[in-house]
Amino acid sequence: MPAEQIVFLLCAALILVSAVMVVTVRNLVHAALWLVAALFGVAVLYAVLSANFLAVVQIVVYIGAIAILFLFAVMLTRRDLVVRTPGMRGSWWIAAVLALLVLGGLVFLIVNQPGVNRTALAIPAGVDTLHALGNALVSSGQYLLPFEVSSILLLAALVGAVYLAVSRKS
Amino acid sequence: MTFWNDPINFLSGWLSGILTAWGLPATLAMVLTIFIGIVLLVMFAMTLDIFLVWVERKVVARFQDRIGPNRIGPFGLVQPFADIIKLVIKEDITPDGADKVVFNLAPVMAAMAVILLWAILPISSKIYGVDLNVALLYLVAAGALGTMAIIMAGWASNNKYALLGMYRMVANVIAYEIPMVVILLIPTILADSMSVKSITEAQASTWYVFLSPLGLLIFMISAIAELGRSPFDLNEAESEIVAGFHIEYSGMKFGWFYASELLHAFTFGGFASVLFFGGWQVPFLLADGFHFGSLVVTLPGIVVVLVQALAFLLKALFGYWVIMWVKYSMPRIRIDQMLAFNWKFLTPLSLVLLSVTALLGQLQTVLLPWAFTLVMFVSNLLIIWITIEILRAYARRQRKQEERITAAAAQGAHQ
Amino acid sequence: MNIPLSWFLILSAALFCIGLFGVLTRKNAIAILLGVELMLNAVNINLVAFWRYLDPSKMAGQAFAVIVFAVAAAEVAVGLALIISVYRKRSTIVADEIDLMKW
Repeated sequence: MPAEQIVFLLCAALILVSAVMVVTVRNLVHAALWLVAALFGVAVLYAVLSANFLAVVQIVVYIGAIAILFLFAVMLTRRDLVVRTPGMRGSWWIAAVLALLVLGGLVFLIVNQPGVNRTALAIPAGVDTLHALGNALVSSGQYLLPFEVSSILLLAALVGAVYLAVSRKS
Repeated sequence: MTFWNDPINFLSGWLSGILTAWGLPATLAMVLTIFIGIVLLVMFAMTLDIFLVWVERKVVARFQDRIGPNRIGPFGLVQPFADIIKLVIKEDITPDGADKVVFNLAPVMAAMAVILLWAILPISSKIYGVDLNVALLYLVAAGALGTMAIIMAGWASNNKYALLGMYRMVANVIAYEIPMVVILLIPTILADSMSVKSITEAQASTWYVFLSPLGLLIFMISAIAELGRSPFDLNEAESEIVAGFHIEYSGMKFGWFYASELLHAFTFGGFASVLFFGGWQVPFLLADGFHFGSLVVTLPGIVVVLVQALAFLLKALFGYWVIMWVKYSMPRIRIDQMLAFNWKFLTPLSLVLLSVTALLGQLQTVLLPWAFTLVMFVSNLLIIWITIEILRAYARRQRKQEERITAAAAQGAHQ
Repeated sequence: MNIPLSWFLILSAALFCIGLFGVLTRKNAIAILLGVELMLNAVNINLVAFWRYLDPSKMAGQAFAVIVFAVAAAEVAVGLALIISVYRKRSTIVADEIDLMKW
């Protein structure tokens, strides 16, 4: 079996096992750490897909910022020192059936789509995807507007998060 | 491509050839060859780490006007081995309520975050791990993995002081990542590439320290803060918080934290030398020998490669020495002063520097190289001068305000 | 690269369904946000796989994925700030116990 397929299967195993652990473990700090493992697997998958920039930015943004936010939020909102409540509701099996139905439907749609088993062609030699992405994000004919709007969104989120999280006891 | 021109590629091709001749499929042979290369690189990094323990202790001794280790071995060179043996035979304690898996995984992740950086560090023009076209972002990503290691260590220790030290260290590291990322964009703009190999090759004519000295200064400050070394070491200061997030670690686990901190400092010295001091570039040395104007001294390729590697190591050691110099000369900064310094001073300054560099960088294709260097250097000096003037005006205003307050208090006491 | 496209799509569908299960099942508000993060990552894998397999010279897939990164970061920041704020007032973040509009 070609090396890339082995790498993909290992990554997929890491991602799916970590994701299942994220949604089942009772200790939330462990859940956040399993999320870090899942996100790392996704970053490796981006590297397999030749999206280097996205692979590295995935680690910087998700593991270096979002996972740290999760861990800090878990540490700041612990009511008990010992986790006593069950992690999942009593009716978790309904959600499991629902999720399996959704998965079944999606897989059915995917495998019945013509041309879905194609393999990727090599990236054309003259194309430098990093330069192309940079140009695409700042060219007025391409994706400049979503880029600027998302920067305003981040500014709004920054101001909002600081305002909400600062306690006004003083 | 012979051994004398391009040793690493020749050896890897030869090894893959032998493995395929033994009957292994081609991809497996390639994977094995790359794996052996990785093991050799990591061994080189860890051996260098042992040497750095000796360098650290000798240099701190000289800064403190004493001799340092000189009993074991000539000049105390065997001292690091004695340190390692001591750490290995110490008792390996896991505290009572600690989270065992996370507690034991933290030193491994801390070491991993540093060794990952050696994949992109170009030791010579032909000796490097991989030429990644997003190498500078990879540097930031490895820093993010180091932050995860700190959080795991602080949380899993089940200790108040570890938790407090961890909070401070994470706030420090995340805060100082911002000016570092902004300054990393400056060599990117000047060399038109994020790959450290291209940045090193673009410094063949001028080192970027002459184009952006303020960038080097801010990079060193952010690097020292990222490492958690003095003067930013409130997180692990013995008189304040008893070793911070690695209080509960003893024996070889603490050894991993210590060794990874030293190697991280050296790696940042290496990156400072690559980004600003030309990395493995030696003046007048091109790929086939020394070129002094019309006099050409040809050298075999492998000698050129080794001379470049030596130049890189010397520059990296110089960067590491500057980091140690700052550590052993300056007092500690308080955590609120650290964070205020970052958010109120370094981040705006680095953004201003980036904007000016981006604007003036457009002139790179228009001006002659020496004119461009002069323009960039003068612009950096102007920014430094304006910043100092603003700081002086601010300090003058604060002083006048305090004089007014004390004068009013003295008058009040008289009446 | 000889990995069929369907493998990536099935992986992303599975990850999405695991995230969906997490959102529907978990009681703790932060754990629900963890499930949402998994779903966003599944969407990103889908986008990047389609970018690579259909036309790597057009940047629509990667640009979309970059915007999804930014939106996910913003959402997590504001969501966690809200949760911390709720915890300060009600001392609980179990989603079932935050069920009164006035207290």
